Amino acid sequence: MFSWFANPHRFVKLSDWLVPACYVLAAVGILWGLWQGLWIVPKDDYQGGDIMRVMFIHVPAAWLAMASYLGMAVMSFVWFIWRHEVADIAAKAIAPLGATWTALCLATGAIWGKPTWGTWWQWDDARMMSVLFMFFLFLGYMALRAAMDTRQKAARAGAILAMVGALNVPLIKFSVDLFTSLHQDASVITAEGPKMAAVYLWPLLISSFGHTLLFAALVMTFMRAEIWTRRAAQLRARLMTGD
Amino acid sequence: MSGAPILSAFRQALGEAWAGGAGALLPLGFFAGTTVLVPLGVGTEPATLRAIGPGILWVSLALSSLVTLERVFQADTEDGALDLWLQTGAPAAAIAAAKTFAHWLTAGLPLALLSPMLLLMFQARASGALLENMGLYAIGGIAFYFWGGVGAALSATVRRGGLLISLIALPLYVPTAIFGALAMGDGPSSASAPLFLAATTLFALAAAPFAMGAALRLAAD
Amino acid sequence: MSVGSLLYGNNIGIMRGERVLFRDVSLSLSPGEAIVLRGANGAGKTTLLRILAGLTQAETGEVSKQGAHHWIAHREGLKPHETPADHLRLWARAWGQTVEVRQLLADMGLSKPADVPAKYLSAGQRRRTALARLRLEDRPIWLLDEPFTALDADGKSLLQAMISNHRTQGGGVIAAIHGEAGFEFDTQVEI
Repeated sequence: MFSWFANPHRFVKLSDWLVPACYVLAAVGILWGLWQGLWIVPKDDYQGGDIMRVMFIHVPAAWLAMASYLGMAVMSFVWFIWRHEVADIAAKAIAPLGATWTALCLATGAIWGKPTWGTWWQWDDARMMSVLFMFFLFLGYMALRAAMDTRQKAARAGAILAMVGALNVPLIKFSVDLFTSLHQDASVITAEGPKMAAVYLWPLLISSFGHTLLFAALVMTFMRAEIWTRRAAQLRARLMTGD
Repeated sequence: MSGAPILSAFRQALGEAWAGGAGALLPLGFFAGTTVLVPLGVGTEPATLRAIGPGILWVSLALSSLVTLERVFQADTEDGALDLWLQTGAPAAAIAAAKTFAHWLTAGLPLALLSPMLLLMFQARASGALLENMGLYAIGGIAFYFWGGVGAALSATVRRGGLLISLIALPLYVPTAIFGALAMGDGPSSASAPLFLAATTLFALAAAPFAMGAALRLAAD
Repeated sequence: MSVGSLLYGNNIGIMRGERVLFRDVSLSLSPGEAIVLRGANGAGKTTLLRILAGLTQAETGEVSKQGAHHWIAHREGLKPHETPADHLRLWARAWGQTVEVRQLLADMGLSKPADVPAKYLSAGQRRRTALARLRLEDRPIWLLDEPFTALDADGKSLLQAMISNHRTQGGGVIAAIHGEAGFEFDTQVEI
């Protein structure tokens, strides 16, 4: 299956219609989720009142922070083993978007945390810490790629780092869990909170679905831009050498 | 394939460390320097210092490793030695591991040996715990130097790669820093944390050399 | 590949970024043969040599070698504090050889600076030290990048003698050279 997608030309043709479709469905999902979340569902006073409505951005962002790093690592692995160019292009495209959603997750978490827990940042929360370190992994990946002088080297260096990061993520998560489990006074946060009521579940799922589609559409858009950029550079190089 | 190239790489790296004249003194100076700045910043209250001392030393150890790692592989790519090592037929991962281990031995282990003195300055009580902590700094330092080595190998061809190494390596330092600090605290997991710390170091020893080897092959490309 | 060739490269091509550095370069090195790689600055002579040595990954093509190779390049692999004697002892040990280092240094005209750290050596002395590695171990293939650079007249004739001796013993040489070849060769490969 990977080999089928590995052809940039085939990818461009496929994404010709897939990208617009994803944008439209994403808009529907996100807007419906927001409408439900902001106006329809009742507020939950245990979770800070109206501010809990930020959940309809925060939870999709948290899901995408993790999924995007996993996606980047898988694409890096595919490139490293099979050298499919599209896999590298995908990994490169995911990084800035993954970092954006990770930052969104951290920002909405802080906004939610201030009125609910009385603090912008809670060192005792394992999830916050893990997501923060994931954000740093994204930054390191982008900085490393940018520092390499050819795209082939950027691909190799990036793939090595993404795989090293993916190997370490479970260990980081485990260590942070152990670290935060010591601070029992933070029970408001470490406990899951009241069980998620069904009224929230559907808007949350639809919203997450919408965010995921938007993410996918943006990744594909970035990938198309990268493919065209590389093609243009190839043509320019060929013109210059008179080949 | 004999181990001769690996042993030679190890020996050369040891020689390198001392040949600069300063040897372990430079990282030691940095380690002690960053540590003694802390009481100037947070105040000299003995109880506070006693509480934060072990953690401060973990942070200083992490920073010291990053400062010295920049040149470990960069010098080899610049003077052509890396090309020779990669053509010995020995696995690049083994060469990288040998060099990194030698670097830890000369630049990392001395920091651990200095730790009891610094902890005493942080008002720690003189006891056997200081020696236990020394062992933990030594073990955790190996993980720092090996994951840091991955960053160093990846940025070996990058001019002024020091900042890049830090950005790459710091998230990888998290488990070691956490287990190390927990092992020295008096919380409920202080008994199991040393084992986790050792396991984290073993993991670094097992996984990091392959990443370093692949990165060195890239640096030579 | 042709029977009995020491080194064989087929359809080697490489890209740097989107630029095709070279493509479809093929060559075959027979015992006793010397090949000179020629091309303008930046044409990829060094890159081709690195591909043959296995240091750089080619985009296309393959390289096969019968036997080990020696590698002499612009960057000699000398550490600043390392003396010529140190350097040769180190690599003799790494390659599992026992060599009379002092004698070798004398043969290479390095008796005087034998114990001088490399940072104080002249470019020619550094180059001679690197070339001395060729004598640490008998290897059929020599890959040399601009080997005559920085050598004085004495050094040049020394290297010429080493190369012709190597070839009479059935060894092969591939050298990337810009300008005067400086030694007798059989084949010229343009890049």
